[in-house]
Amino acid sequence: MKWPAMGYARAASLPDLWSVLAQHGSAAQIIAGGQTLLATLAFRLSEPGTLVDITRIPELRGISVSSGVLRIGALTRHAELGRDALVARHAPLLTAAVPLIAHPAIRNRGTIGGSLAYADPAAELPACIVALDAVVVTASAAGERRIPARDFFTDLLQTALNPGEIIAAVEIPLAERRSAIQEVARRSGDYAMAGLAAALRIEGGRVVAPRLVYFGVGTGPVLAARASAALEGRALDAASIAAAQAALGEDLDPPQDLHGPPEMKRHLARVLTGRVLNGFLNPSEIAA
Amino acid sequence: MTASDREHRSASEERSVNPPQQRISLTVNGERVTRHVEPRRHLIDFLRLDLGLTGSHAGCEHGVCGACTVRVDGEIVRGCLVLAASLDGADVVTIEGLSDSGEVADLQANFVARNAAQCGFCTPGMIMTAADILAHAEEAGGGTPSRAEIREHLSGNYCRCTGYQAIVDAVEDTLKARHLAADSDLRAVPALQSSEASR
Ligand SMILES: Cc1cc2nc3c(=O)[nH]c(=O)nc-3n(C[C@H](O)[C@H](O)[C@H](O)COP(=O)(O)OP(=O)(O)OC[C@H]3O[C@@H](n4cnc5c(N)ncnc54)[C@H](O)[C@@H]3O)c2cc1C
Ligand code: FES
Ligand code: FES
Repeated sequence: MKWPAMGYARAASLPDLWSVLAQHGSAAQIIAGGQTLLATLAFRLSEPGTLVDITRIPELRGISVSSGVLRIGALTRHAELGRDALVARHAPLLTAAVPLIAHPAIRNRGTIGGSLAYADPAAELPACIVALDAVVVTASAAGERRIPARDFFTDLLQTALNPGEIIAAVEIPLAERRSAIQEVARRSGDYAMAGLAAALRIEGGRVVAPRLVYFGVGTGPVLAARASAALEGRALDAASIAAAQAALGEDLDPPQDLHGPPEMKRHLARVLTGRVLNGFLNPSEIAA
Repeated sequence: MTASDREHRSASEERSVNPPQQRISLTVNGERVTRHVEPRRHLIDFLRLDLGLTGSHAGCEHGVCGACTVRVDGEIVRGCLVLAASLDGADVVTIEGLSDSGEVADLQANFVARNAAQCGFCTPGMIMTAADILAHAEEAGGGTPSRAEIREHLSGNYCRCTGYQAIVDAVEDTLKARHLAADSDLRAVPALQSSEASR
């Protein structure tokens, strides 16, 4: 269907954005890459009064490293994220996630800020930033807030953002860690039926601070506390991986969806757990 | 009718509509174009209805089929998921411009040779995306992408006729032929040949 009639305004800077938002009130909706929002307009799932284009606000751009964090501006497009050298060096989990997101033409427009703000439970980037223990930096007329990623996703398509508040950047603490992402999707580029983004450290042969974050199996990214605890402090081997898989049942409460019943999703999550954790082992150590 | 023939509709006719139209000035296939557009106009309707460039197709109009693939500022995008109003200053290339430039003459010949177009609805989008594979392969400077990589890159472009096999064949043939041509170019230039050999 064609998009509804609506207004369009473009903000040139953050101060400009606050005044445009104040002028349009609740009729205003922010647009970044438009790769989700414009598709929902075609379904008439929403009818905003005015789209406020933030893509030319310079403060929301750029990728940099300083004071122990990798900062990724909200307007960073998926394709830029995927080829950025700083990201590849300090957050290779994000580099690995990009090819799993949609298709090249969509990755050329869609932004990390848009993906996090939309908070699709099957999206890759929300799960990755929870796994990396990142901080979401927000901005509004009232100033900046810093929200830990694990507290940012509050419910199905819901976030901790207040009205009039936007995502300005994501900050990822620099750390030596192992990380990986895997998912199961029916077709290349589809949203995942189930996926896992994982990060952990191995110190003295023991697993430290494991974070297993599942997507496509709940109302948002699910940080699996029990499965992660089953790995903490243990050697990564067939026994601890099996323990994590067994503990996972209590971490996940997947809804029935188009893809299948909860038990199928639990099964896929266990399979992904095995694949991802075995991937951290040397070839000779891999459990059957 | 070319884009510039359509340049001047009466300004009052264009601005009397509510919500207000946006004035955009951009380059389409190398030609400067200035228009007033409604915010609800997507890039494909702008190209087809306002500029008469009907090579770009509107299929699903919600981002899944790829029939609307065009280049904006050198990168392929879904034309149905781009606001025309946001394109002030942009550089747009459609299948018409890409075709006229000769950049994909070999690819198009291989589409014909391999029967990679049947009804042809998906073909402009396929060519735009396949051209992106060719361009990136050249940037990466060498190795021919595998069939799996070609399929992956084309995965967002649906074809309801061919079963894809012939399309992948046509793209693969073009990549291989260009790769061979690049190799023999290198051999033809002694200086490059020696630097190649010293690696
Ligand atoms: C066919 C198709 C397949 C896709 N497949 C996948 C997939 O497999 N995985 C995946 O993760 N995504 C997928 N996507 C979605 C894509 O990744 C989008 O780019 C992304 O979800 C939204 O980013 P955007 O910049 O396009 O946001 P927009 O569409 O512009 O905005 C989305 C929402 O976020 C809000 N918003 C945008 N930026 C900000 C900001 N900085 N601060 C506050 N609010 C903001 C908007 O108001 C809107 O509500 C797919 C999309 C399509 C069309
Ligand atoms: S018409 Fe744009 S993706 Fe189908
Ligand atoms: S040739 Fe008919 S859709 Fe591809």
